Amino acid sequence: MRGTRVAVLGAGIIGAACARELALAGFDVTVVDRGGAAAATTSHGEGNILVSDKAPGPELELAQLSRRLWPEVLAAVAERSAQAAEAVAAVEWQPKGGIVIATTDPGARRLSRFAAEQRAASVRAEVLDSAALAEAEPFVTRDNTAAVYYPQDAQVQPAAAAVALLTDALASGARLRRECEVLGAAVRGGRLTAVRTRAGLIEADAFVNCAGPWAAELADRLGVPVHVRPRRGDVLVTAPLPPTVFHKVYDADYVAAVGSGTEESQTSAVVESTPAGTLLLGSSRRYAGFDDRPRPEVLSSIAAKALRLFPCLADVPVMRAYGGFRPYVPDHLPVIGADPRLPGLWHATGHEGAGIGLSLGTARLLRDLVLGRPTRIDATVFRVDRPAVVGPGTPGSSEETV
Amino acid sequence: MTRRHVAVIGAGPAGLAAAEAALGAGARVTLIDSEEQPGGQYHRMLPEPYAATHPERLQHGWNAFDRRRRRVLAHPRCAWWPRTAVWALERPDPGTPGPPRVHLLRGPADGGGRSRHVLEPGALVLAVGAHDRVLPFPGWELPGVFTAGAAQALAKGERVVVGDRVVVAGTGPFLLPVAGSLLEAGSRVLEVLEANPAATVARGWLRRPWELPAQAAKLPELVEYAADLAGHRVPYRTGRTVIEARGADQVEEVVIARLRADWSVVPGSERTVPVDALCVTHGFSPRLELAVAAGCALRAVSSGEFVAVDRDQRTSCPGVYAAGEITGIAGAQAARAEGALAGWVAGGGDSRLPALLALRRSRDQGRAFARRLARAHPIGGQWPGWLRPRTVICRCEETDYDALRRAATGQAGADPRVIRLRTRAGLGPCQARVCGPTVAELTERLSGEAAGRQVQGLPAASPHRRPIAQPIRLGELAAPPERIPNSDTEEWS
Ligand SMILES: Cc1cc2nc3c(=O)[nH]c(=O)nc-3n(C[C@H](O)[C@H](O)[C@H](O)COP(=O)(O)OP(=O)(O)OC[C@H]3O[C@@H](n4cnc5c(N)ncnc54)[C@H](O)[C@@H]3O)c2cc1C
Ligand SMILES: Cc1cc2nc3c(=O)[nH]c(=O)nc-3n(C[C@H](O)[C@H](O)[C@H](O)COP(=O)(O)OP(=O)(O)OC[C@H]3O[C@@H](n4cnc5c(N)ncnc54)[C@H](O)[C@@H]3O)c2cc1C
Repeated sequence: MRGTRVAVLGAGIIGAACARELALAGFDVTVVDRGGAAAATTSHGEGNILVSDKAPGPELELAQLSRRLWPEVLAAVAERSAQAAEAVAAVEWQPKGGIVIATTDPGARRLSRFAAEQRAASVRAEVLDSAALAEAEPFVTRDNTAAVYYPQDAQVQPAAAAVALLTDALASGARLRRECEVLGAAVRGGRLTAVRTRAGLIEADAFVNCAGPWAAELADRLGVPVHVRPRRGDVLVTAPLPPTVFHKVYDADYVAAVGSGTEESQTSAVVESTPAGTLLLGSSRRYAGFDDRPRPEVLSSIAAKALRLFPCLADVPVMRAYGGFRPYVPDHLPVIGADPRLPGLWHATGHEGAGIGLSLGTARLLRDLVLGRPTRIDATVFRVDRPAVVGPGTPGSSEETV
Repeated sequence: MTRRHVAVIGAGPAGLAAAEAALGAGARVTLIDSEEQPGGQYHRMLPEPYAATHPERLQHGWNAFDRRRRRVLAHPRCAWWPRTAVWALERPDPGTPGPPRVHLLRGPADGGGRSRHVLEPGALVLAVGAHDRVLPFPGWELPGVFTAGAAQALAKGERVVVGDRVVVAGTGPFLLPVAGSLLEAGSRVLEVLEANPAATVARGWLRRPWELPAQAAKLPELVEYAADLAGHRVPYRTGRTVIEARGADQVEEVVIARLRADWSVVPGSERTVPVDALCVTHGFSPRLELAVAAGCALRAVSSGEFVAVDRDQRTSCPGVYAAGEITGIAGAQAARAEGALAGWVAGGGDSRLPALLALRRSRDQGRAFARRLARAHPIGGQWPGWLRPRTVICRCEETDYDALRRAATGQAGADPRVIRLRTRAGLGPCQARVCGPTVAELTERLSGEAAGRQVQGLPAASPHRRPIAQPIRLGELAAPPERIPNSDTEEWS
């Protein structure tokens, strides 16, 4: 692969992870971002690495692959240098496990059915009785109808994780070009040979669209539209408090909210502590375009749902709220693969509310696809030319682009 | 009859004047302040006992304030909401006219059970003032090191003596009144140190001297303060500052050094002075979070960022006006003039009224005075020279200079927002109110990345962005907003 040039467009966690895998595979990698690295969606979300919220299927397989890779990759990065080890320390990797709680009887039935299906797909999911729950989370509501413990769920500081991955990519020979917005394509013989940027033309043999919620805008500029849209999410941050929440705790509605594509705005509680002592309370899911206004009533419903899980937090002050835009595809699956309409272009995007967790598996798949090697898991469901991505009436077959 | 409803946030000199003028223009006014009493920074500093000891200096201002306060609060069209914090402003949908909705928390901040309310005013006046700015130096986090504002509030408001042997250091005319009130409270002030050399101060103050008398109604006050210091034999030294505070669990001594015009330390000029308290001030930071939440454009000047306003105090955001220290640090008199203009225009008054000429003149003189202050008391570019690797930059999260420096080197993590997330600088309980501008300046210097770049859909990484402007308890936030008590919306709409 020496000498084969790949331009990774976007330096969020997906671009960072892809750049690292490609650079380690020997490609000559340039990472291009219109701003700084890791400063967009990756700095505006949470860092849950979950298997618990995924039903058996391709996304769960990608999540399981990623979950296996996280500790391996962090250890490999840390070994490279003292600076790398410091970058990895800042990632705050915490394999603390998640606990899902149902508060209604139908919710309890749904949760135990869901957990049973997951177990069949080798997810570790242990039913907790009241005593075990009280021991694991002494402050959680007693008003629960079921609880399941997922020891594989973990947590990172997402911006720091992206920086650690990118640091490793750069140490493996990749280059980073900041303040370098991609504006358009140069196509020769039907093939993408360069992108026009604010800082001039960048030529490469392959290009990977890792532009997160702006992936559609970028693809438009390259002449091949994809349906990746923003889904707004808000998070509350409390003042630091003594240890009160020990796992990632969320209500069983969360699983329904993640997969839903219908309602205007939804919230479901995810409560987690950070090493600094603050609690992060997430999160809402809204279709509001790139509207960045925090809505007090949305924040209010996040607070109400968090209190349903932890009534004892009523007097805890919230000191900050922030939010970002999850990049989503209408079928709620990421897009990973070559764009058959424009040879030379690849996509790795559309991870919605799971891009931090799924980044490592995504990068591994992309690397294998680019190398033409067999992939660790079946990647065809993530392909670009599926109706949800290229839209009804949009030609999606590879013949068109030859 | 439809009367415009004007919400005024902040009841300091600017807000009170705005409320009075809006009432005069015929509007209905809701005046909001998180404190129990109106008056803001300025009149909070003038409790009765102090006024009694300095009648000649204060009586006049106090009486005028007192009359205005009574007039406004007793006005039938004014609703006075003390102990009410604005915790969020909610911009209307794009294309919908009008100012943001005002989200309030009513009740004592330290008691439980505050109630949540929402106002939808026809116009909004922001008059939330400023707070002390302090630059970091080794040891500034030690107990016994006070911001000058805090020391003065303690000395005057609560008659607490911050120490027996005190040094006052920093820059600006505010050093003098602070030293004065410390003396009065019974402290021994060892020296007052203005960091800028005499030449800088003199050049700034004496520039265009013929304009000075008109601008500086406060000059006699300052002269008096200076005379006060002289009477107590307190030396006032220029071109010197405290570059380090030392002590085990409390400040015990300070290191004083001579500075050049750019605030680089003159090597070998250090000397050590035993103290039990140190007061520092490096000017004021405007409270910009509400203006930023409303979407108001800011303007950057050498001394920092302020809300940009037009000749009638309109911000860039329709229906939102700004007055007082959030538009520039120019003292109480200018704040009052700005407030009166803002309130009058916000209330629907005719902005061509000849009587406004005098107000505008007074405001413009205040602004010219602010520029003069900024020139006479700049922050020298070389101040980071006194930082050491272990110097704390963010006191809440104990982030030190070395951590910032390490995070900023290496291009992968050099974005200012990412530096903050990785070092936690500015993420603690004060939400970067103290260290925000400093962290922004240092990260920009260390990484070469401008702090305020905007990404589509994502807000600029401003140190002033605080969508939650005041802490709100989860229980308070979870509860739905309550109807406004004694709401007379029907009557007025
Ligand atoms: C509130 C919230 C909570 C979340 N919680 C979690 C969670 O707990 N766990 C989890 O796994 N995920 C979570 N996510 C989702 C996760 O944050 C995203 O899936 C992930 O960050 C997406 O990464 P990205 O690299 O695709 O996008 P981004 O981080 O947005 O990166 C895209 C980059 O592309 C650049 N770019 C865009 N257009 C151009 C152009 N034209 N030219 C050059 N560069 C360009 C941008 O500047 C940006 O840096 C959450 C998201 C939100 C909003
Ligand atoms: C210690 C000190 C001494 C001074 N001495 C002098 C002097 O001698 N001469 C002079 O001319 N000037 C002096 N000044 C400056 C003078 O105080 C200011 O110029 C003046 O107070 C500015 O008025 P303002 O209305 O803009 O703000 P402020 O007086 O600060 O009033 C702002 C008000 O807004 C309220 N507020 C802020 N945020 C919120 C919120 N989110 N919700 C609800 N309420 C809120 C605050 O409680 C406060 O009451 C001094 C200042 C200080 C700090």
